[in-house]
Amino acid sequence: MDFLSILLDILLSAAFWTAVLRIATPYVLGTLGELVCERAGVLNLGIEGIMTLGAMAGWMAVYQGADLWTGVLVAAACGALLGLLHAALTVPLGLSQHVTGIGVTLLGTSLSYFVYRLVLPQASTPPTVEPFQPLALPGALAQTPLTYLAFLLVVAVAYVLYRTPVGLAVRMVGENPAAAEAQGLNVTAIRIGAVVAGSALMALAGAFLTLSAFNAFFFNMVNGRGWICIALVVFASWRPGKALLGALLFAVFDALQLRLQQASGGVLPYQLFLMMPYLLSILALVLVARRASYPRALMIPYRKGER
Amino acid sequence: MRLEPRTDTPLALRLLAPVGAVAAALALCALLVAWTGAPVLRAYGLLFEGAVGSRFALTETLTRATPLILTGLAAAVAFRAKLWNIGAEGQLYMGALAAVVVGGGMLDLPAWALIPVVMIAGMAAGGVTLLGPAVLKVRFGVDEVVTTLLLNFVVLLLVSMLLEGALKDPMGMGWPQSAPVVEAAELPKLVARTRLHAGLAIALGLSVLLWLVDTRTIWGYENRAVGANPRAAAFAGMPVTRVMLRTALLSGGLAGLAGAAEVCGLKGYLTLDLSPGFGYNGIVVAMLAQLHPIGVVGAALFIAGIFVGADAMSRAMPVPNYIADVLVAASLLCMLVAGLLARYRLRRG
Repeated sequence: MDFLSILLDILLSAAFWTAVLRIATPYVLGTLGELVCERAGVLNLGIEGIMTLGAMAGWMAVYQGADLWTGVLVAAACGALLGLLHAALTVPLGLSQHVTGIGVTLLGTSLSYFVYRLVLPQASTPPTVEPFQPLALPGALAQTPLTYLAFLLVVAVAYVLYRTPVGLAVRMVGENPAAAEAQGLNVTAIRIGAVVAGSALMALAGAFLTLSAFNAFFFNMVNGRGWICIALVVFASWRPGKALLGALLFAVFDALQLRLQQASGGVLPYQLFLMMPYLLSILALVLVARRASYPRALMIPYRKGER
Repeated sequence: MRLEPRTDTPLALRLLAPVGAVAAALALCALLVAWTGAPVLRAYGLLFEGAVGSRFALTETLTRATPLILTGLAAAVAFRAKLWNIGAEGQLYMGALAAVVVGGGMLDLPAWALIPVVMIAGMAAGGVTLLGPAVLKVRFGVDEVVTTLLLNFVVLLLVSMLLEGALKDPMGMGWPQSAPVVEAAELPKLVARTRLHAGLAIALGLSVLLWLVDTRTIWGYENRAVGANPRAAAFAGMPVTRVMLRTALLSGGLAGLAGAAEVCGLKGYLTLDLSPGFGYNGIVVAMLAQLHPIGVVGAALFIAGIFVGADAMSRAMPVPNYIADVLVAASLLCMLVAGLLARYRLRRG
């Protein structure tokens, strides 16, 4: 079989598109979360650690006997807490968003590993929980509830950002905080709120990994997904609809590299295929960098009365 | 309450900031230790003893500090020029890769010639790895934080591919590891019958050298000016792009050297677990040192001590050794606040 017919076979199979939607879910949630933070003017490099903590906390809650949706809520709450930490340091204190974010990532990751090891001191094979089951729908629609939640959240975030006063306020503090202040808005409170909400979304992306995609928590399981979400936000020009498209497009490539890897039968090293997502993200950044219309006040701390 | 910038920060305050930050981090993590049910003071006592309590502990801490000094310097020189290099982990592996390739028997040279060649090869590999993102930044305006982070994953996959392919040790019993470097490429030991190697001397020498360059040369002056305000520096006729690119080469080079020194001084060959996060922890080192090249040495010793001590402590009581990672992360966040308090004062009203 030649390459094109293999490709066609893959693209026409329902299983492929099922995989695409599944792979896209954590990217959709993570990108949405980062987008909300950045729209309010705060870069959140804590995403990788927040996703890890969400993955661990959600799984741990279920492992300790909670039901799946409680696990999801626990993950979101833990994410919100780390988000509050990031916001407290970067918004009222105006500390470097880069370095604080790296710190939050290191803290989230190390805390997750610490707690996991503390509860399960000598687990050589990771214990499992009963994860979310796909809904009984035909073809690629057979997804777990969290995937549907992710797609609904895209609509919800887009609606809130563009059609409500809250969304207008969030966008305004990200574009021109001084003008927002002049309108009587509390820039600090709005930015903190956006970072906390965005971080909760990131944690959902983590929870999806342990409660839907897999059924256990592994070390390094987030594996750079958070950093890819940051690239996807730039690629999506900070718009929820485009973020969804970007995540789907990315998932198509990721699912395709997995299939091609199997189809190539070991002719090429599998690592070459695994590099593709990261290289694609870098390429996407290069392509859009020139015309990126980032929020004007992104990464600029705001102090009342200072110019 | 509001923050008011200090006109100048006294040296005592600058030195006090990291001490205060570390104390705060230790206090916060004490809560975590207490949660495990272990006696907190005894746990910290064991940690301290495990880090510096014996000749063995001390040389282990110094050995662990060696790559951390180098990655700490890598972060410090980059951050000074506002080049956000978060890719030291990948650059370290590229340096290690170059070391096993060049030092693997390709060149038949005596030790005095081969060691410098291997170290420079490691630096070059690391430097070139960061040059890519730096060029993308100055040419196309691509944010280097994300590109350097993503490259870490690409580099690890590249190393994994080579260790299972072209560089795989035929005598390695099927493990994904490279063949060892030749004897002439091995860094000499500093203390007999310990793991402490000449990499430490190189790292210490470089931190002094970088401090001298930073304070005594036009080069250092340009670097600081570009970091402080690139537009003002450009207006003053400084070659901002060139400063960025040479900072990238230097920063990546230092991280690459860390990898080459680990291979030639400690491990002898390359595996995928060469670095337990030296690249990321280098950022913490640089921040604790307030980006000062000499301060990096002290900060690296502290972080190394935490890791070595936590390993010893977790063998004696049921506290997972990830407490070290938590302590390091907490130190970074506390240091950011302490640095703020050193630069600003709190005013009422």
